[in-house]
Amino acid sequence: MKAHLTRRYMFSASHRLHSDQMSDEQNRATYGKCNNPYGHGHNYMVEVTVSGSVDQQTGMVCNLVDLDGFVHDNILERYDHQNLNLLPDFASDVPTTENLCISIYEIVKRGFKHAHLDKVRIEETMMNSFEYWGEQDVPEF
Amino acid sequence: MVYLTRKAEFSASHYYHNPAFTPEENARLFGKCNNPNGHGHNYTLEVTVKGAVDPRSGFVVDLKQLKDVMSREVLDALDHRFLNKEVSEFLTQIPTTENLAIAIWRRLAPKLVSAQLHRVRVYETPDLFVDVYGEEGAEA
Repeated sequence: MKAHLTRRYMFSASHRLHSDQMSDEQNRATYGKCNNPYGHGHNYMVEVTVSGSVDQQTGMVCNLVDLDGFVHDNILERYDHQNLNLLPDFASDVPTTENLCISIYEIVKRGFKHAHLDKVRIEETMMNSFEYWGEQDVPEF
Repeated sequence: MVYLTRKAEFSASHYYHNPAFTPEENARLFGKCNNPNGHGHNYTLEVTVKGAVDPRSGFVVDLKQLKDVMSREVLDALDHRFLNKEVSEFLTQIPTTENLAIAIWRRLAPKLVSAQLHRVRVYETPDLFVDVYGEEGAEA
């Protein structure tokens, strides 16, 4: 039977939502206080879900040490206590949590080979969350 | 289709060890989870069932019945137990959260009468959980 394993991680970062393709007025109208010029921060909670059949020898979908190590080295080290607007990911894209979700999904998908990546889900605050399953809709289970 | 989730908690101890591996392999692979004296968790179980809403009762499932099945089939067997030594599935399997979720699915699925089991989610800690949806598609 296939199992889907989810691990939660935290990091803190700042950002400002501002699009160079809009006027200052349009930016303020679109992003409200998220457009304040000096930026603001969040404690982001990232959920990474991987899946696969359970290895008979280990009882695991993948070793958590491998997943934790990958996420620590490639996600937390990259984003924690950073200004997202200054990272290459967001040189041309606005650092919304939608785009952050896609960036993190792509990094894990490209680099983590121990299990299949289902999705990345991010809570920006307790009141909002975003998830990305790659180029597909949420599957029916 | 409406999906209904019921939560329950249980506490149990376990350790990870495969007798086919050398002590060094076990220690390397399972780290501190390999301590033979075991360690424990407060597990949270979420059982999600799905079904059409019965037009007479307004229920997807009788919650009392669901609670009774969860108590009898899962909690009575696992709560305050040493999984490796006291729960039949784990005499031969490693009691990882993955295997625990699968074992709970297999205990519950045949016992639910009016609603169909959709998902079993087991939290080992608030930061780690496993979902199973039964046999998905052609995969076993």
